[in-house]
Amino acid sequence: MTPLHLCLLISTALFCIGLFGALARSNTILVLLGIELMLNAANINFIAFWRYGPNPAAANGMIFVLFSIAVAAAEAAVGLALIIAVYRHQKNIRLQEATVLKG
Amino acid sequence: MTAALLLIAVLMLGSAAAAMLRRNLIHSALLLVASWTGVAAFYLWAGAEFVAFAQILVYAGAVSMVVLFAVLLTRQSREADLPIEPATVTRTASAFAVAASLAAVIGSAVATARFPAASAEAPAASVKQIGLELMAEHGAALLIVGIVLTVALIGATVIASNDKKRDPEDAP
Repeated sequence: MTPLHLCLLISTALFCIGLFGALARSNTILVLLGIELMLNAANINFIAFWRYGPNPAAANGMIFVLFSIAVAAAEAAVGLALIIAVYRHQKNIRLQEATVLKG
Repeated sequence: MTAALLLIAVLMLGSAAAAMLRRNLIHSALLLVASWTGVAAFYLWAGAEFVAFAQILVYAGAVSMVVLFAVLLTRQSREADLPIEPATVTRTASAFAVAASLAAVIGSAVATARFPAASAEAPAASVKQIGLELMAEHGAALLIVGIVLTVALIGATVIASNDKKRDPEDAP
């Protein structure tokens, strides 16, 4: 098994842990954090293919990851602001109770 | 080399799994910080130092603070952070089934895939080279990411801010 396979298997495991968290938990913050874990798993794939790919001269993989981190940070900020807005209306952050978008 | 990778993987995956299983939200957030630090250690292992420091700055520094603030702001009472009622068994079981089957599919696909041989030495990408590529080839993308970040952060502030013109009976 080459190191590339190992890296891909690790990122698969991280992605599935994030997916499990996003599907199983009823707390909105934990769902958002599961999505962040899945994004991190995708970034690990970028770095693994950059490191072990056939054309490692270009720094394209690293630049992809930098942009991905920036977009993930924006997504986390907006997601947590939405959670706070929902909490102000519903006094609760359980997903099951956030059934009404119009406050 | 591989032993270090396995150690990093155990740290990263173990803390992520523990974070997803804990009841206490604050413990989950702190364990996720450990997991993100493990991802940064993986980047260091792979030779992408600049990305590793960006990961530490953004995730372990900024996102974790925002998450902790959100946890503390949405706490209902002093007891409410302890047992968030457990998700139902069917929900947990179906989520586990989905995640496990996806892991089996992707894992078998990865295990049978054949990739072209890697170069022996790690690719060298200095910070200077990254900066030149960012500013020259990817300059437009960099500007767009800046605009996206600005719009998203202003939007987050507007969404989370208290609007004063609400109905009086809504007021807390």
